[in-house]
Amino acid sequence: MKDLAAPQTRAIGLETVGMTKVFGPLVALDDVSINVAPGSFHALLGENGAGKSTLVKCILGFYQPTRGTILVNGAEARIPTPAAARDIGIGMVYQHFTLVPCLSVAENLVIARGDKAPVIDWKAEKAALTAFMDRMPFRVPLETPVSALSAGEKQKLEILKQLYLNQHFLILDEPTSVLTPGEADQVLGLLRGMTEAGEITVLMITHKFREVTAFADAVSVLRRGRQVGGGPVSEMSTDAMSRLMIGEAEVRPPEARAEGVASDLQLELTALYVDDDEGLPAVEALDLKVRGGEIVGVAGVSGNGQSELVEAITGQRPLKDGRIFINGKPFEATRRDYHGFKVFGLPEEPLRNAAVRRMTVAENIAFRAFDRPPMAGLGWWLKPAQMRRRAAELIAAYRVKTPSTETPIENLSGGNVQRAVLARELSQDVRVLIVANPCFGLDFVSVAEIRAQIVAARNRGAAVLLVSEDLDEILELSDRVAVMSGGRIVHIAPGAEADRQTIGKYMAGHA
Amino acid sequence: MDATANLPPQTRGLTVTARRAAETLAISLGSVALSALLFSVFLLLLGKSPVQFFQLVWTGGFGSAFSIQNTLQRSAPIILTALAFAIPAIIGLTMIGAEGALVLGGFVAAITALPLIAAGAPPLVLLPLAAAAAMVTGAALIMLVGWLRHARSVNETISSLLLTYIAIATMNFFVEGIFRDPASANKPSTMPWGKENMVGAIPGTDVHWGLVAGAVLAVALWLLMSRTTFGFAARVTGGNPRAARAQGLPVGSIILTCTALSGACAGLAGFFEVAAIHGQANASLVAGYGFTGILVSFLARQNPLAIVPIAIVFGAIEASGGLIQRRMGLPDATSALLQGLIFVMLLASDALYGRLPLFREREGA
Repeated sequence: MKDLAAPQTRAIGLETVGMTKVFGPLVALDDVSINVAPGSFHALLGENGAGKSTLVKCILGFYQPTRGTILVNGAEARIPTPAAARDIGIGMVYQHFTLVPCLSVAENLVIARGDKAPVIDWKAEKAALTAFMDRMPFRVPLETPVSALSAGEKQKLEILKQLYLNQHFLILDEPTSVLTPGEADQVLGLLRGMTEAGEITVLMITHKFREVTAFADAVSVLRRGRQVGGGPVSEMSTDAMSRLMIGEAEVRPPEARAEGVASDLQLELTALYVDDDEGLPAVEALDLKVRGGEIVGVAGVSGNGQSELVEAITGQRPLKDGRIFINGKPFEATRRDYHGFKVFGLPEEPLRNAAVRRMTVAENIAFRAFDRPPMAGLGWWLKPAQMRRRAAELIAAYRVKTPSTETPIENLSGGNVQRAVLARELSQDVRVLIVANPCFGLDFVSVAEIRAQIVAARNRGAAVLLVSEDLDEILELSDRVAVMSGGRIVHIAPGAEADRQTIGKYMAGHA
Repeated sequence: MDATANLPPQTRGLTVTARRAAETLAISLGSVALSALLFSVFLLLLGKSPVQFFQLVWTGGFGSAFSIQNTLQRSAPIILTALAFAIPAIIGLTMIGAEGALVLGGFVAAITALPLIAAGAPPLVLLPLAAAAAMVTGAALIMLVGWLRHARSVNETISSLLLTYIAIATMNFFVEGIFRDPASANKPSTMPWGKENMVGAIPGTDVHWGLVAGAVLAVALWLLMSRTTFGFAARVTGGNPRAARAQGLPVGSIILTCTALSGACAGLAGFFEVAAIHGQANASLVAGYGFTGILVSFLARQNPLAIVPIAIVFGAIEASGGLIQRRMGLPDATSALLQGLIFVMLLASDALYGRLPLFREREGA
């Protein structure tokens, strides 16, 4: 066991020189050289697929670079395995928690060490842990089971775990995606303090400019595997950063919000109760109204019943109690009601919720209309030629990149799958639109396109329910913002008056 | 973006479909060839000649008019049980209860006919009624599995396998009990129908009408699954039940319909075994056709049309079993070993789809 009592105050500096990683025909990383000075807070910016995780995996020893070297504190280092990275002092905090929920904080820390002692001397461990916690700038109660911690505390524990393992170079992968804005600022502030004290060096993967400008010293921007720019944060504007990230691609400007499109149309959720997979209540007594020509955004930290709510509305999960009304008439997730009330949806992770991987693009685009003329004759006879014709029209109109209409949809990129779903769901007369995390994991161009389409549907008078874990998305698109916490709507405010701090407090469940 | 702009997507569709069909054919044939190779190694270890083995399969299966008819005779139930596996597989259910539905369907057909025969009903009345009874019985059994799956989330593979044991035990219970023909001393059986009441052969052959029934059903079910709105909804349900629900598709009734069709196919196979071969129900119904059907359906990748020729090949392997036993002194289980090898290879080959560079689709290429 390492000597934990001796505080090590040396942050590690790390440099990559000409890192290149080739997977078959794909060059995932092309000659990337970044220099992270000891004690700095370095941000790694880039879109999905830009090569950020490939770079990090090379540093952590999960991948071996095709070319290029890693320098640790100026000396060349070989990192053949993740264990080697750990021995050097490079630790990783993942986007999703890697803690054992049923064990206590102390137990999680001790098992993380992985030194495989056959007998654990808990008395000595507890004393060592208490001493360790006393040295830390923030602490988490040692005896509490991890399942009882809030998301912010869990994220702090993940960081403490790396420090406990004597890691002085921390790589964080979008560490704030599961936190409220308040928790995010607190955690990043603490990390910033530790870098300033020379305790650690931080390399943070992110796509949030706000976090970069508020906390990082330096930034490196990747695009399509190449390093396209970087430097001290103080010398770069967010505009410059976003131009570097996106490149020359044309991004659709945001759709203007039309006035006076409100209508009498109304989607009404009354007293909804929904259980989660374990049969525990996930949504309780939820009431919400959405008018035509209005986007109501439901904000909340992941896991507060949002996905169960959307699943219950779209028929993927049974409603335990409560009713859904559209214009005062009861709605159920059957084909008749979907068609009759003109209800459409853009679910999160479209390959999981809205598409069939092995079916073709044409078939996937036909999901809404396959059982009606002109695609169905006599009400039951399929006409594949009609299906392909319609698909070809929509592929062109919505600029879906696909080799053909007959390609299995799983061969398309995430953005193009979502566009195909968008084409299917928004190409008709939409009265009610249910949207859940529509832009998760997509590139800028697709995000801009999808958000513009959602606003366009609202401008045509549709009632839009937007459930999203991305607060920026909610604030940008919503006419009204509702905050969901613990399965209930705890706060509703007009979009124009909604501010990040107040919403953050309600999201955290203490306001 | 440019690829779709330059070329109308429809014109490119054909080559894509053709390439995928070629991929399926290549991978399936490759895994069968590899299993034949492994099996040859096994025979060599036993000191037997693989060449002789495959020659005997050919002779025993297709060598003479007699052996061809023997092969076709045996492939009839395999077509039906393969369909019984394929239809639930299309909606994502791994249903291995065809053996049970065949046995129970055959038994119910055998006893349904007895009072009708006693009352002097002509075969034209008697046979359709017995066939209907067999299909309803099989359908009820497999539907039960489908309902348990849908309403109670019971794993359909386990419950269909266990229900097969129950079905076989149920038949044995009655055949050895109240429905036993006192004249069947060594092999407990139900009362025989008599030659005049049984299904005859297709004119000019010794092959019974079950083969025709199987082929007709294969075409009908292929049309249902690939050319109707019901089949489309079933394929969506099988490919992604979450998406199917979100599209408002009636997942429950699709499951019940498909499982009913599956059970009816297996029950019909049982009817022909009784009405065309045995003339009564006994332990001979438990011949493993239900399990061979699983293998055939896998090789056909759940395509009802492909099931027919593949079932005939497996009919030939079964038909040549006796010849191989006599000429090479190999036990009956040998052909089961070959079938098992093919099955394992097929399952493993599934990982190859989309990985062979020859068949890979290039975006914008």
